[in-house]
Amino acid sequence: MSDSHDHHESHGFMSYAFSTDHKVIGMQYMFTGMAMALIGGFFAYAFRMQLAFPGMDVPLYGIVSSAEYNSLVTNHGTIMIFWVAMPVLIAAFGNFLIPLMIGCDDMVFPRLNRLSYQIFLLSAIVLISSFFVEGGGFGGAWTSYPPLSAKAEYNLTPLGSSLWLLAVALEFVAFLLGGINFITTVMNARAPGMTMDDIPMVIWMIVLASILFMASVGPLIAGAVMLFFDQQLGTAFFDPDRGGDPVLWQHLFWFFGHPEVYVVLLPAMGITADVMCVFARKKLFAYRTVLYTAIGTGVLSFFVWAHHQFISGIDPRMANLFTVTTLLISIPIAEMCFVYIATLYGGSIRLTTPMLWALAFLGEFMIGGVTGIFLGASGSDIYLHDSYFVLAHFHYTFFPIAIIGVFAGITFWYPKMFGKMMNETMGKIHFWGTVIPFNCIFIPLFLLGIGGQHRRIYNYEHFPELAGKSMQDMRVFATVSLCIMLIFQFVFLYNFFASLLKGKEAGKNPWKSNTLEWTTESPPPHGNWKELPNCYRGPYEYSVEGREEDYWPQNIPDDEPAGGAA
Amino acid sequence: MSEAAHVHHPNYVKVWGILIVLLVLSVLGPEIGIKWVTLIAAFGIAVVKAYLVAKNFMHLNVEKRYVVYLFLTALAFMALFFFGVAPDVMQGSGTNWEKPGWDAPAPVAEPGHGEHGTAESGH
Amino acid sequence: MRPIATTRSATGIPTGRLAVWWLIASEIVLFGGLLSAYIMYRLSHDAWTAQAAQTNMWLGATNTFVLLTSSLTAVLAHKAADNNDTDGAFKYLWFTILGALIFVSIKAFEWTTEIQHGYTLTSSTFWSFYYCAAGLHALHVIAGATIMAIVSMDVRKGKEMQRVELCGLYWHFVDLVWIFLFPLLYIAK
Repeated sequence: MSDSHDHHESHGFMSYAFSTDHKVIGMQYMFTGMAMALIGGFFAYAFRMQLAFPGMDVPLYGIVSSAEYNSLVTNHGTIMIFWVAMPVLIAAFGNFLIPLMIGCDDMVFPRLNRLSYQIFLLSAIVLISSFFVEGGGFGGAWTSYPPLSAKAEYNLTPLGSSLWLLAVALEFVAFLLGGINFITTVMNARAPGMTMDDIPMVIWMIVLASILFMASVGPLIAGAVMLFFDQQLGTAFFDPDRGGDPVLWQHLFWFFGHPEVYVVLLPAMGITADVMCVFARKKLFAYRTVLYTAIGTGVLSFFVWAHHQFISGIDPRMANLFTVTTLLISIPIAEMCFVYIATLYGGSIRLTTPMLWALAFLGEFMIGGVTGIFLGASGSDIYLHDSYFVLAHFHYTFFPIAIIGVFAGITFWYPKMFGKMMNETMGKIHFWGTVIPFNCIFIPLFLLGIGGQHRRIYNYEHFPELAGKSMQDMRVFATVSLCIMLIFQFVFLYNFFASLLKGKEAGKNPWKSNTLEWTTESPPPHGNWKELPNCYRGPYEYSVEGREEDYWPQNIPDDEPAGGAA
Repeated sequence: MSEAAHVHHPNYVKVWGILIVLLVLSVLGPEIGIKWVTLIAAFGIAVVKAYLVAKNFMHLNVEKRYVVYLFLTALAFMALFFFGVAPDVMQGSGTNWEKPGWDAPAPVAEPGHGEHGTAESGH
Repeated sequence: MRPIATTRSATGIPTGRLAVWWLIASEIVLFGGLLSAYIMYRLSHDAWTAQAAQTNMWLGATNTFVLLTSSLTAVLAHKAADNNDTDGAFKYLWFTILGALIFVSIKAFEWTTEIQHGYTLTSSTFWSFYYCAAGLHALHVIAGATIMAIVSMDVRKGKEMQRVELCGLYWHFVDLVWIFLFPLLYIAK
């Protein structure tokens, strides 16, 4: 891969590892994220096996002890959000797509970009190393509530908890650097002629996500420092016995944590928008509405965080307010979904693999969104809180975002990334082999949650009211479905690497798409274009009447004859 | 790149002089010992100083407006954070919970040989 | 060779300055979160008033003076850079670095005294916040001084003059944070 990108640079590992080319860095983010996804998926497999078959000697893992179970669950969540969803959706697609889609040769701060990846890699190494220190990896859940996370005598991971915290803080620094780079690049380095309305939706969404991240993460970085001091130096910021307040951490965490949901959601929404327009051969319905809705969602996402704390003992009057804001935020998201459906309406839809993923994103995410209503209403949340209903709900949001959305993106831009087409048949097998088992995993978990199954239990045999046969059967069903889903991922990996070698040549624009990245070679050379393109129109001019071709690339001047793109 | 960035440079030493005068006021004000004078001297003057630095030294008066709005938005989010969190965190007890150490004096013994001696309060 | 991307400026704000503005915005929420937490704790703990009285206001005031003055030299460096006065820019940058060094030295003296009197990070949550907030700020001072030292090397050769303004902007922000830390930690009692 480095060979294809670094035409003008010396070859070799060092020039690859220290390349400042945005495409190389984007690929590094993507492969690191994929490697972390394998780890996170393996963790899920290990603890799901323990839940379905308690005490079993899990193949490839061994016996899962209760401490290991906690650590597996915690790090599964942490890895999937901070080391898979964020790096792949924002950093990998952001790095790869932003310069290509806005028509410039690189990010505005290439070396800052390199530094951002290096810090990210360091954070991943720190996290992985935390599994092997004395006491094992941190097991206090990805939300890391004190006093459990603050006191070694409670969590029994004196080093693991601090390394975990350090890794998360480093990861935030990496994304702050990357985010500033993304925002400035899109603000300043757009191709001549590209107005705000000509920016592809995925770019808008990545930028909005970066802004949200930047505006929300500061308090949590401060909180991480405070928690670190509590863990290692004996301060009492979060210790209620010594004048501190554990709920403050929950506020600091969720003030970041809830906008974070939208940080990863928005890029997935953007990918979906772009994929849908290309394969429906239709202009995005109400571009500006989508944009303003996304901005509104972003702002509103700062007003909802305390719905995670309805049973933490917060003031009931505040719980009222946060119920209202939480229910309000479903309106803009629903609106975006309607707009996407309106985009599909009347289009000439081609059910390619990326399009299937995009459609699945819409359908599955809606289930996640609708079940969120029950949790946002403080009354029903009192019953459902910390049950598997919550777990199934956020997997129905995060899975479409971080897995389905990412697969839509990867299968769509794969020809541009590597110059080869992926195998469609295998792509479709992988699609159905992922989406069907996904629903088979989490629908039973909804039911278990309503049945009262608490989230943080290692072995349900110890709880007679939860250990009945029907409930255990559902657990087994979910676990078997998970194993099937994980096996189908090997189809994807095979397809991914086999297509690199023997895939069909993609050419410049295999999907007949409008946006600027499709006007250069696949894969793009260092510097992206021999001559940087200008932009003449919006990104979604498909099926324009009076044109021979049903697409109208952004870089073609108005007076050029129809079909002059090829 | 910097051609467009040139700004009119005001008399910086004069601004600095005003800042120093304000600093002296903010230190002397609290010496009077009246609570509201202390608060105004401490925080009111801090806001004025921050305004002067931002306007004159950072040239926000001639920068694009939205940069100012960006900072005000960041501050507004912090205000939101404060007012969303304060109702919980500023309580010593609430629905089914209490913070045993919240209203108590610091558990570690105050050093007796500090200049101003020890103070007992808070109950 | 530099990417063409770095030379574009669709907003009219030079890219470097735009990035510094975003950096400052992210720092506002970082310090904002910490100080919000501090204010909440402070307002609900009357006992902290007596503890805050133990901080040395005169050293704090001296440090405020030092930082305000270094902000002046930072902006004078920017003015010199605008006039392509490399020697002047270099000189004023190092005056600013000197200010940072004085600030950190006074801080070191202050903390040493306080720790000798038994007021350590773990004495009480007030002192935890005191060291945490002032320490985080001091890290920014050290970072700013380091950046200016690096930038000054190019400036002496007359290269990258726009960077003088950028590190100056960051420096003014560090000054702004201190303007609020000073009353919060030292004056209010």
